[in-house]
Amino acid sequence: MNLRELTCVVCPNGCPLAITCSNDDPPRVLSVEGHLCPRGIRWAKQEVEAPERTIASSILVTGGEMPLASVRTDRSIPLKKIPEVMEAIRTLVLPAPLALGEVVLKDPAGTECCIIVTRAVASAKVSREEVA
Amino acid sequence: MSLMKVEERDLVIIGGGPAGLAAAVSAWEAGCRDILLVERDRILGGILNQCIHDGFGLHTFNEALSGPEYAARYIEKLGQTGVEVREQTMVLRLGEDRVLQLASRGSYSAVRARAVILAMGCRERPRGAISIPGTRPSGVFTAGAAQHLMNLENIMVGNRVCILGSGDIGLIMARRMTLEGASVAGVFEILPYSSGLPRNIQQCLNDYDIPLHLSTTVQKIHGSRRLEGVTVAQVGPDRSPLEGTERYIPCDTLLLSVGLIPENELSRDASIPLDARTNGPQVDSRFMTRVPGIFACGNVLHVHDLVDYVSQEAEEAGRHAAAWAGASESSCEGTLPVLPGEGVRYTLPQKIAPSRSTVLSLRVTAPCRNRSVVVRGEGRVIARKSLVRLHPAEMIRIPLEAKSLSGVSQLEVALG
Repeated sequence: MNLRELTCVVCPNGCPLAITCSNDDPPRVLSVEGHLCPRGIRWAKQEVEAPERTIASSILVTGGEMPLASVRTDRSIPLKKIPEVMEAIRTLVLPAPLALGEVVLKDPAGTECCIIVTRAVASAKVSREEVA
Repeated sequence: MSLMKVEERDLVIIGGGPAGLAAAVSAWEAGCRDILLVERDRILGGILNQCIHDGFGLHTFNEALSGPEYAARYIEKLGQTGVEVREQTMVLRLGEDRVLQLASRGSYSAVRARAVILAMGCRERPRGAISIPGTRPSGVFTAGAAQHLMNLENIMVGNRVCILGSGDIGLIMARRMTLEGASVAGVFEILPYSSGLPRNIQQCLNDYDIPLHLSTTVQKIHGSRRLEGVTVAQVGPDRSPLEGTERYIPCDTLLLSVGLIPENELSRDASIPLDARTNGPQVDSRFMTRVPGIFACGNVLHVHDLVDYVSQEAEEAGRHAAAWAGASESSCEGTLPVLPGEGVRYTLPQKIAPSRSTVLSLRVTAPCRNRSVVVRGEGRVIARKSLVRLHPAEMIRIPLEAKSLSGVSQLEVALG
């Protein structure tokens, strides 16, 4: 058995949780203490047994008015998939223009999420080479 | 100067970040039809442009947006109004008479406004403000400067990183640099508690096994051309380093996340009285400063932790500024002072009008649990808010009803 101490992030109360979990991989939650409401138990189970996260990064853009477009996952993905998803995002180089919300990658690392553009990048009026 | 033509405007808003954007849209919706928004950057959006992580807009849109997406929502709304936007234009001076001197590439102009909204935001406290001894090598950045370089300019700032200060920007950058291949040796916080949100401690540090060292500070910076390492030491209750706890950590990059300073140079020029606790202007219930017709909102007024609250505050300020610009009012209202008491670092507005319902914003001085914030006037309790968790990093808001304020001459806000 393992004891894990986590701060619940569901609401501003930020309950300090003491979570007893099994030694399995992934671990199973055996008991939770310190929560003020049932959401704390649900969150602890999710967080210990199958933690999920959203992640943001940026991709290279060619011929754009900016060198980068910021992107993010459109839903949460398993925490342990983040390195693989980041690797997939890193390989992307796309030509401008890119629209807000445009899907640039589907199901990276089998996660069933989409990587979406969070900043529109218009085509450069004058290319950066010409300016240099 | 005297020969120059002075343009007349109803409302001028200084700054096109989240505060300026929300203020402009709300002033337009309130009926003001002659609004000029001045932004010194190339694009609108302010600091949101470099905040590519999500979590913005949970209150406003019930969605976890990235910074650029949150900004885009307001920029789109602004595009549907007739507000005039001047980018790459900087306000050099603001006078008490509400005359602004503007500079943009190759031109200079002056504008007289019936009302002005200050929405200049804040900047980061730099190394010079915290006096770390040692050499002056490259590789020492404020966390926000590094965030700008990485997220907007595609420049990786370093490979082995130490972070001083556990503010949210520092935590976010610890994750960002790790995901981009750097190794983050640790986050060092002089206080015995973190000043970041719990979810950021978990998702930016714990997820990547980045250690957080509390009651620890950077004592010395080493390196001649590029940073070579830092000496860290634990501190005692008086925050001075404890002898014998020093250790050397090799690194090529030090990020500073040690606080934000409201950017009030223009306000000082205009003789606007500031509050020593917030470092922003003193305002009344309408977010008007002590100089008639000049309003303030967002991080220039007091540093916020959530952009949603910046937008709400700016919408209020925009509405009141529009009303001021459209009327022939000339009085400063707000005769009821609000004072921070035991356990409260500051409260805002500093003076309120007893005739208006007002939302008080405040911060506590130290973390605690299961306490109430109590607003008292003439010995009676006007309002009370009980909270499970209270933290200096998290702003608390308490609504006050106008009808509860009759017969009160002064308010005190304290932990009960």
